[in-house]
Amino acid sequence: MSTSTADLFAQPLDVVNVGLAMFEDDIAAQSTQVTSLHWTPPGGGSPEAVAALDSLEKGDLPERIAAANAEAVDRITSAQPMLVGYGRALDVVPGMTETTILHSGPPIDWDRMSGSMKGAVTGAIVFEGLAKDLEEAAKVAASGTITFSPCHEHQCVGSMAGVTSASMYMHIVRNETHGNYAYTNLSEQLAKILRMGANDQSVIDRLVWMRDVLGPMLKEAVDLTGPIDLRLMLSQALHMGDEAHNRNVAGTVLLFQALAPGLLQSSFSNEEKKDVFDFIASSDYFSGPTWMVTAKVALDAANGVADSTIVTAMARNGVEFGIRVAGLPGEWFIGPAQKVVGPMFAGYKPEDSGLDIGDSAITETFGFGGFAMAAAPAIVALVGGTVDDAVTYTREMGQITTTENPNVTIPALAFQGLPTGIDVRKVMDTGILPIVNTAIAHKDAGVGMIGAGITHPPMEAFQKAISALAASI
Amino acid sequence: MTVTTVIKNNTYLDSVSLMSISTKANEIDGVDQAFVAMATEMNKGVLDNLDLLTPELTTASNGDLMIVAVTGDGVDVDATIAAIEDLLVRKAPTSSSAGARIVHRTISAAVASDSAANLAVIAVNGTYAAREARKALENDLHVMLFSDNVTVADEIALKALAHDKGLLMMGPDCGTAMINGTALCFANAVRRGSIGIVAASGTGSQEVSVRIHALGGGVSQLIGTGGRDLSAEIGGVMMIDGIRALAADEDTAAIVLISKPPAPEVEKKVLVEVAAAGKPVVVYFIGGSEHAVTEAGGHFAASSQDAALQAVRLVSDGSATVPPLDAEAIRTVVDRFAPDQRHVRGLFSGGTLCDESMYSLLSEGEEVWSNIQKDPTHIVGAGDASRGHTFLDFGDDEFTNGRPHPMIDPSLRLERLVAEAADPSVALIVMDFVLGFGAHEDPVGVTLPAIAEAKQTAESAGRHLEIVGYVLGTDRDGQWLAGQVAALQGAGVTVTRSSTETGAYLRAVTHHLSALKGAHS
Repeated sequence: MSTSTADLFAQPLDVVNVGLAMFEDDIAAQSTQVTSLHWTPPGGGSPEAVAALDSLEKGDLPERIAAANAEAVDRITSAQPMLVGYGRALDVVPGMTETTILHSGPPIDWDRMSGSMKGAVTGAIVFEGLAKDLEEAAKVAASGTITFSPCHEHQCVGSMAGVTSASMYMHIVRNETHGNYAYTNLSEQLAKILRMGANDQSVIDRLVWMRDVLGPMLKEAVDLTGPIDLRLMLSQALHMGDEAHNRNVAGTVLLFQALAPGLLQSSFSNEEKKDVFDFIASSDYFSGPTWMVTAKVALDAANGVADSTIVTAMARNGVEFGIRVAGLPGEWFIGPAQKVVGPMFAGYKPEDSGLDIGDSAITETFGFGGFAMAAAPAIVALVGGTVDDAVTYTREMGQITTTENPNVTIPALAFQGLPTGIDVRKVMDTGILPIVNTAIAHKDAGVGMIGAGITHPPMEAFQKAISALAASI
Repeated sequence: MTVTTVIKNNTYLDSVSLMSISTKANEIDGVDQAFVAMATEMNKGVLDNLDLLTPELTTASNGDLMIVAVTGDGVDVDATIAAIEDLLVRKAPTSSSAGARIVHRTISAAVASDSAANLAVIAVNGTYAAREARKALENDLHVMLFSDNVTVADEIALKALAHDKGLLMMGPDCGTAMINGTALCFANAVRRGSIGIVAASGTGSQEVSVRIHALGGGVSQLIGTGGRDLSAEIGGVMMIDGIRALAADEDTAAIVLISKPPAPEVEKKVLVEVAAAGKPVVVYFIGGSEHAVTEAGGHFAASSQDAALQAVRLVSDGSATVPPLDAEAIRTVVDRFAPDQRHVRGLFSGGTLCDESMYSLLSEGEEVWSNIQKDPTHIVGAGDASRGHTFLDFGDDEFTNGRPHPMIDPSLRLERLVAEAADPSVALIVMDFVLGFGAHEDPVGVTLPAIAEAKQTAESAGRHLEIVGYVLGTDRDGQWLAGQVAALQGAGVTVTRSSTETGAYLRAVTHHLSALKGAHS
């Protein structure tokens, strides 16, 4: 580092080139060290966002924000999520009623819901006995008798459509460090399922079985075995090649290993236990929601840290993408939901895709999923095909985060911790948007999952957040 | 429509890879639908729903891979299947994960990973330029700010910050610098030596450095200040810091200052530094006053050539010389003009080169029109036709608005060349051809067709059109100086040997033309 021209003249020139690539070639041709930035206009090109970013750099604000962010990320990394049980949403979820339906993402009313979310909502209404069929369910949904509310506003997260109704069984997760709770639904496993917008009789029948057999059996199992340390298990799963959003092979095996003694000792018949074992084996996704709620309970602990610019939730409802920030608790910053780009099941084309949907980006908000692609070489096809691509994604996320999580690490990166604590300022400064791994639901109600891939939040959500932060801090 | 099925026994690929392969297979020409999957019951169920499940596929087992392709009529099925099978071949392993290249998005990130970084070259949209420059200074980097459209207020703040930190703040609108022998942005491959340059003018400093090289000298450092540095508002902060830096630099034996005439109060401050430098300082303030410079103990230079010559003599045995103009050749040229051919048109890519030629006529009392005229009654805009002697700087904002600099994109100047040739009052067109880093790879070559067309236009109207070209460059520049000069001469262009000689040539020609005009009237 040089602080005077005398030093500069005495040192080898070492150039940071910003903006024009041709200058890099000319400088390199003279055997001078040069690094070119991949430069994009800050603030996503919005002058208001740049002004907000600059205003957060004035006076003692950087120190105040740094202290607040250190507190926020400490809460996230020190949280100890424990799976303490399972229970019906009506019994355990704050604010739940018999006519409440929770959904993923920021608030949205029935009229504006995406096809897959409408499919899930009508399916749930039939499942709860609030309508005799889907046609009547659509009328009920539109009638105003149903209370629609985001999962995130009830200490919950919901995969894909996130549709959660009163009698569905939920994971109950307690953060031992900070004492808060979070909840999420059970995996219906993959493809033609309610959370992907499918809602025919096979879907309803499965939900009934989950309510009457799977859920109660899981509850008994955990009551028998005692709480399960989810952070430890997540850490192990990442060491075994999961990124715990789109790949859950290891995590599901580990979770089942922990649950199995309790499931075996439960009061159910052997036939019912075999059904549960078969169900768990039918899809690696079984533990997917478990990792979502693990992230949720940790991130919720950071909500309300004054002056913090750390993102505590990223969530999509199929129409809009919303983010929440630690220093502005309860607020949503919203932009349009994006397309998901990635491989699709045979027979489907990109134009069949619904837009980005689900609370599962809570995993990236915590630092796994797309942020931990380097841990999951088996699914690099999602991000372009090479292990280098995966490593690059994880390293890039390091540029918009605040710390590395010492408790959850990535072997391939020399046990570097998860990139943790997305800082709204860094997203605006670098133009790097968080990467989100996700599934693709069909755009219409009733079909289900048709692919998987990656996507990003809209820049607009971060532009709104930086402006609100500048106004409040 | 044809349905083709292939079963690859005992072949396993994971489901994510297969989804990716299916997606790519569906993009193959002629494929209506392609399905590549393991033969699980679920996948066979999907095929059944699509009415594609053949008896053969039914018997395939979990460990077998199925390829099903639905192709249009007339499609080569074998080639299609081969293309799909090609997708199954895994990508060759790339370099180890440690080799994945990290691409930095911000100056802070780049500095964090390379603590030896010491200078930022910034060329971004003016809206963001000041911010990036500030970030660079805050990260203790010297700055060359190529961008223009930075406000005066931002320039003042940036230069104050840099001054306080002991850093160079070259720019905004700084196109040329050479630090530790490395040419930055628009600069030439010049020998390293003991002459330090501080310049508010990009092409002016290119010209002086190239002349120094041609005279056998070399450059220690070339510090650009940006064109506004010597204005009253900015106060010459960078030129003063630059002089001090070179005064303290052991490898610099003499200093050259290059600028348009500074604001008077700024000139005073700069000349105080000249007096205090402790080493010889050559001052080339285009059209500036000799008296003030010599009073301050500086060496006054009347031209860019003079500035280079004096500097080289100051650091060597003083024997360097410049050959004189060939007066006889000029008389021969003037004799070929028709009576109506009276005017000179200058089409320049370099601002200072345009300036120097223009001043050579102004100093003879000629009436000159230009887009960079100081006299507001003699301004010609980018959209205006030329009149009398007109000199255009195509690098000026009015011409570059929304398009690359003429050193990179010569198209506007080429059009203008052809248009000027059709004007029967035009005797001579003068052009510069700037070589070096950042410049067009073959500035003469790209102009030759327009030169031929211009000559042809004049000739078919019975006129001799004199085209004068100056090639700014060194024998070390990548564009091959000798080749550029030879190409111009081959096209009938008179090639001058410096910016100063170009001005002298024009002055001599117009002197003759005026004399002729006097004789006629």
